[in-house]
Amino acid sequence: MGLSPVLWQFLVNWLHNASLFPAEASTIAPYTDALYFFLVLMTIFGTTLVAVLVVFFSARYSRQRSPVATQIEGSTLLETTWTIIPLAIFLVVYVWGALLYFRIYNPPTNAMNIYIVGKQWMWKAEHPGGQHEIDALHVPMGRPVQLTMISQDVFHSFSVPDFRIKREVIPGRYSTVWFEATKAGNYRLFCSQYCGTQHSGMVGWITVMTPGDYKTWLEQSTSGQSLAQNGERLFASMGCNSCHNGTAAARGPDLAGVYGSKLTLTDGRQILVDDAYLRDAILNPSAHVTAGYAPIMPTYQGQLSEDGLIDLVEFIKNMQSDYRVQQTLVTAASGESAPTTPPQAAGER
Amino acid sequence: MSTAIGNTIVSLPDQSTARLPKRHYINNEYGLLSWLLTEDHKRIALLYLFSVTFFFFIGGAFAGLIRLELLTPQPDLVAADTYNKFFTMHGLIMIFLFLVPSIPGVLGNFLIPLMIGAKDLAFPKLNLLSWYVYMAGGTLTLAALVLGGVDTGWTFTTPLSTHYLNTHVITAAMAIFITGFSSILTGINFIVTIHRMRCPGMTWFRMPLFLWSHYAASLLMVLGTPVLATTLVLVALERLFGIGIFDPAKGGDPLLFQHLFWFYSHPAVYIMILPGMGVVSEVISTFSRKRIFGYTAVAFSSVAIALFGFFVWEHHMFIMGVSSYSALVFSLLTMLVAVPSAIKIFNWAFTLQKGSITFETPMLYCFGFMGLFTIGGLTGVFLGSLGMDIHLTETYFVVAHFHFVMVGGGLMAFLAGIHFWWPKMTGRMYPETISKLAAVTTFIGFNLTFLPQFVLGYLGLPRRYAAYPPEFQVLNVLSTAGATVLGFGYMLPLLYLAWSLKYGAIAGSNPWQATGLEWQIASPPPTENFTEIPIMDHEVYDYEWLANKTKKEVTTVG
Repeated sequence: MGLSPVLWQFLVNWLHNASLFPAEASTIAPYTDALYFFLVLMTIFGTTLVAVLVVFFSARYSRQRSPVATQIEGSTLLETTWTIIPLAIFLVVYVWGALLYFRIYNPPTNAMNIYIVGKQWMWKAEHPGGQHEIDALHVPMGRPVQLTMISQDVFHSFSVPDFRIKREVIPGRYSTVWFEATKAGNYRLFCSQYCGTQHSGMVGWITVMTPGDYKTWLEQSTSGQSLAQNGERLFASMGCNSCHNGTAAARGPDLAGVYGSKLTLTDGRQILVDDAYLRDAILNPSAHVTAGYAPIMPTYQGQLSEDGLIDLVEFIKNMQSDYRVQQTLVTAASGESAPTTPPQAAGER
Repeated sequence: MSTAIGNTIVSLPDQSTARLPKRHYINNEYGLLSWLLTEDHKRIALLYLFSVTFFFFIGGAFAGLIRLELLTPQPDLVAADTYNKFFTMHGLIMIFLFLVPSIPGVLGNFLIPLMIGAKDLAFPKLNLLSWYVYMAGGTLTLAALVLGGVDTGWTFTTPLSTHYLNTHVITAAMAIFITGFSSILTGINFIVTIHRMRCPGMTWFRMPLFLWSHYAASLLMVLGTPVLATTLVLVALERLFGIGIFDPAKGGDPLLFQHLFWFYSHPAVYIMILPGMGVVSEVISTFSRKRIFGYTAVAFSSVAIALFGFFVWEHHMFIMGVSSYSALVFSLLTMLVAVPSAIKIFNWAFTLQKGSITFETPMLYCFGFMGLFTIGGLTGVFLGSLGMDIHLTETYFVVAHFHFVMVGGGLMAFLAGIHFWWPKMTGRMYPETISKLAAVTTFIGFNLTFLPQFVLGYLGLPRRYAAYPPEFQVLNVLSTAGATVLGFGYMLPLLYLAWSLKYGAIAGSNPWQATGLEWQIASPPPTENFTEIPIMDHEVYDYEWLANKTKKEVTTVG
C-alpha cells in the first residue's frame, strides 16, 4: 500500500489508544463516571433538541414555504416551561454533584496517612514509616489512603485521573485528599495547576500493590528512620522539649495526646487539634496560644522546611506520653552543653 | 424578481445606477489626523475594528504555534519555557485585547447611537480616549512580548507570578491594568448614552435587544474591571516590594488572589458573551422577519446574567480547599446563572417558528453560535457541579468548555455581526457564496478542534502542558488538524471583506429589510447620523411598520 509509515504508525496508535474514558481504579471512579454519563446525556439531549428545533423550523418556515411571517409576542406557558425544566435538571445535577463532592473529599476515619510535598517540579511522598519517594507513590490496594499535602513554593495540584481525584496543593496550608485504589497497577500522577517552566514534567506514577506486595515494599524501602523519629530528634534539637515536656514547671502546654483533642485558646476560640493546627502553631505561635499559657514561644518561620514540619507534626501526633521527652531533658541536663542540641538524644532508642 | 418568492431577502438598489452617498462619515474628512483625532463614534469603531483584527491574528498565530507544538508528545518545536510564553500571550491577547473589546468596541461603538437615534455617544472625547488607552495597553502587551515574553499564564497566579518567575510580569500586568481602563471608559459611555440619549419614543422596551445586552455588559465592565486593576496593582507591589498580601510567609493568603482575580474574570466571560447575544438577537429577528419571541424575557435574562455573574466566582476554586458550605452556595448560584442562557437559546429557536426564514451568512454564523454556545453552556454545568468539577477542572475539558463559549459563542457572534452590519459600515455587500463557505468552514473546524479536547480532559490531560504522555497524541493530532481548518475559516473573511471594500455590490440603505433605526439611514451613514432626530413611533422589530413605510416610499417615488 502507498500508506506512509508515519500515517500507519498513527493509525496503529489510534487503535491502541482509542480510549474515551480513563480506567476506573478507585472506589470513587464509578460514582464520578455515573454523574458524567448523566451530564453527557443531558448535553446530547439539549444540543439535539436545539438542533432539531433550528433545523425543523428552518425547513418548515423557510421563505419559500412560509412567505409571510406570523408575528408572535411570546408565550408565558412555553417560556415558563423552558425556564423550569432546565432549572430542575440543573438542580438535580447540583445535588448529585454536591453529594459526590462530599464523598470525594471526606476521608473515612480509618484511612492511613501519607504526606506529600509539592515543589517545583517534583512530588515528594513521605510515608510515616520513613519511606521517601520522588514522583512516585506506592499504596496498598483496598485500603483508604489519605494524603496530607503542602507546597513548598507555588500552587500545584495533585491529580490522578484514574482515581478521579484532584486537589490543589497550596503553599502555607495543608490540604488533604483520599482514595481507595481497587486495582493493582501503575496510574499516572499529574500536576494540573500551572507551576512554571517544567509544569508538564511534574508528573509521576502511583503504584497500587496488593497488601502483601505493599508490605514487602515497605520493608525494603524504609530509610531506617520513621517520620516520628525524625520529628523527635527535631523536637529536641529545636529546643521544643525545654518547654513542652509535661513537667510541673513546664512553660508550654503538654503535647502528649494533644492531637485530636479540643483546645481552648487565650482568645476563647475552641480549636480541634489537627495537622494544620499543629503546623500553624509552630510557625505562628502568638496567634495560637493555649489558654493558661503566656505567649512566649518564638516563631519557627523560616527555620523548618516543610519536611521538618511534617516530621514534627507526625511526632506530636504519635506522642502518647512525655516519658521520652523528659528522658532527653535528663540527658541534656546531665551533660555540659546547652540543652538545645543533645547529641545522643535521638540515638538512644 | 417575478418568480414568486426567492430564497433571499437581500434587496439591493439597481447596480447600474446605484452610487454610494456623496458625503458620508468615511469621506467626510481626509488625512491621518482626521482619523486619529476623530470624535465620530463610527470612525472610532473602525479604529477598533482595525486594532482588534490585528490583535486577533497575533493571538491566533500563538494559537497556531500552540497547536503545532502539541502535534507531538515531546516538546520538540519549542522548549517548555517558550511554550508557556505562547499560551500566556495567546490568553492575554485574545481575552483582553480581542474578546473583551471586540463587539463593544466595534459594533457597540458603531451602532449604539444609531440604534437609539442619537448623533453620537454621550462622551465622544472619552470614547476616543478609550481607544488610545486600549492601544497603549496593547502596545505594552506587545512590548512585554518583544522584550522576551511573560509566562504567568493569563491568570497571573500568585505566588508564581510574584516570587518565582523572572519574565516581564510587571510589564504585562501594567498592560492589562491599562487596557482595563479602556473597558471602564467604554462601559461608562454606553451606560450614560443608553440612559440619556434615546430619541423621542424610544422607551426601554422599544430598544433593540442589542442595546439591552450591551447595557448589561457595560455594567459588568464598570463594576468588575476596577477589581482586576486593584488585583494587578497588588501583584506588582508584591513582586516589587514584597508587601505580603498574598505571601503566606508574611501572613498573606495566596487564595485571596484567586478570589480577587476571579471576581473580575468570571464576569469577564459575560462581558465577552453578552454583546454577542445582542448580535444574535438582531440577526435572528431580521432573517426570520419576526419580533424576538418573548422580548422581555430575553432582555431581562441579559440583566440576570450580569447580576448572577458577579456571584459565581468561587466555582473556579472548588478544589482549592475553600469551605464546603461556601462551595455549596457557589455551585447553586452557578446552576442558576445557566438558566437565563438556556432561556435565550429557546427564545431564539422559537423566534424561527412561523417566521419567513432566509439563510444569509450572518444567519449561518448565528446558527453556529446557537449550537456551539449550547454545548459550551451545558459543559459549564459539568464544571459547576461540585463533584464533577474535581475531576474535570484544570484539564483540557475546561479549555474546550471556555473555547466553546468564548470562541464558539463570542467570536461566531462577532463574525455574524461584522457580516450583518458590513453593508452599513462600508456601504458595500460582502460576497455571499464565499462567506457562507467561511461560516461553514469555521463551524466544522471549530468542532474538530475542540470536541477532542473534551475527551482529552476527561482522560485527565492537564492544561498548559508543553509535553504530554504519548497515549494522548491521537486526540491532539485531531485537534491540531481542526485548528488548521479553523484558521483557514478565519482567514477567508479577512480577504473577501477587504476585497468587497472596492468590488462589493452597492448595498443601499437597507439591504436586509431590517427594522432598526440604523437601517433607515444611508449606508455608510453621514457623520451626523440623522439629519433630523428620528421619532420611535412603533414597536421594536415591527416588520409591518417597515412594510408600510417601504410601500409609501415606493408610491411617492412612483
